[in-house]
Amino acid sequence: MSPRRTPIPAQEEPGEVADADRVLLIACGALAREILAITKGHSWHHMDLTCLPALLHNAPDKITDAVRACVAKHRDSYQNIFVVYADCGTGGQLKSACDDMGVKMIAGPHCYSFYEGNERFSNEHADEITAFYLTDFLVRQFDAFFWKPMGLDRHPNLRDIYFKHYTKLVYQAQTDDPALTEKARDCANRLGLAFERRYTGYGDLETVLRDQSALSI
Amino acid sequence: MSEQDDEIILSELDDEELVQQMFDDLYDGLKEEIEEGVNILLGRDWAPYQVLTEALVGGMTIVGKDFRDGILFVPEVLLAANAMKGGMAILKPLLAETGAPRMGKMVIGTVKGDIHDIGKNLVSMMMEGAGFEVVDLGINNPVENYLDAIATEEPDILGMSALLTTTMPYMKVVIDTLIEKGIRDDYVVLVGGAPLNEEFGKAIGADAYCRDAAVAVETAKEYMARKHNLMAAS
Repeated sequence: MSPRRTPIPAQEEPGEVADADRVLLIACGALAREILAITKGHSWHHMDLTCLPALLHNAPDKITDAVRACVAKHRDSYQNIFVVYADCGTGGQLKSACDDMGVKMIAGPHCYSFYEGNERFSNEHADEITAFYLTDFLVRQFDAFFWKPMGLDRHPNLRDIYFKHYTKLVYQAQTDDPALTEKARDCANRLGLAFERRYTGYGDLETVLRDQSALSI
Repeated sequence: MSEQDDEIILSELDDEELVQQMFDDLYDGLKEEIEEGVNILLGRDWAPYQVLTEALVGGMTIVGKDFRDGILFVPEVLLAANAMKGGMAILKPLLAETGAPRMGKMVIGTVKGDIHDIGKNLVSMMMEGAGFEVVDLGINNPVENYLDAIATEEPDILGMSALLTTTMPYMKVVIDTLIEKGIRDDYVVLVGGAPLNEEFGKAIGADAYCRDAAVAVETAKEYMARKHNLMAAS
């Protein structure tokens, strides 16, 4: 599987960074908006972004090969490549592939963890096994990512089979957006779950991108 | 599968037509029709075991193959399973009464920290359909639950399921505990779940990784056959 688009600079103006010092971020499409918000916000002109389809979220067995292909495709153009995927259900295979290819990736089991901060998530929420998490992206794309692929639009009676052991929907908010919060609350109602909103901001994502930005200049 | 289905009266079909119609109804996830079909076959003096294997398991085998081939997806498989469950509920007490063949016994559960049970439930149902007695421990099972269950139930097979990469390592905790207690080789250990693979199954010391419910049934049957052969030889 190939990336959907060629790398785009973090800002419309390319900046004055030599090509050799540019950084390519290979990311899950579910993080594109947030990564661009961070890199633009900090004027990190030397960071380019290319994304793999966010729907790989529902097919984690395909993530590792997709990332491998993307790194291979851009290897000659960038000395510095950083993979913005956590383990994301690959069972350590993505980490092994990144090690093989000599590229770094963001730590953590999934984006819910690094948005909260991996350490904090591990300390406070690792045993929160009956929570169903949504991020800003997943709230926006709830129907495309969950409702329709799970067949709930056609067979609403399946809801209780899928979600019978879940107790609450936790909306991890990256931004303060009342409309999005209401949409998340509606998602919880549709799934028959209690609702909780946690503001996380960008968590470890911003910290890690800052580190990558500093390393490459 | 077509609009004409509404006009079909199951009781007017002969046995062969009815079984074929039940395959279609299972494929379409029509629970009430499956329950009706099961009752009609029983009323025609079919043995409960014959209804189970020829009508229900036969139909679910088609569903399983089409799922593996990417023709059907999870929602459709769940609907089919729900329909089969309706038929099984009628047959189960009758199977016990009529002394249906027993292939073996399995204790199965989702591991600690994991609440996902869709795959496990499919395996349980298909194992029962294949003549295994299944003791289902449900979700979020610490090692103690497995130990208690195998001590009480004395199964041939221990099955473990996990959907998360964060919880699948717990399977090794269970297997290592069995080794510590010197009882590992008393059981066939089968593992499954979306993030697992054969390599992982071997690494943790399971007997086999089963990628879906149909494979789990076939693998379980193979191990039972080996066990019987060994017993016969000794």
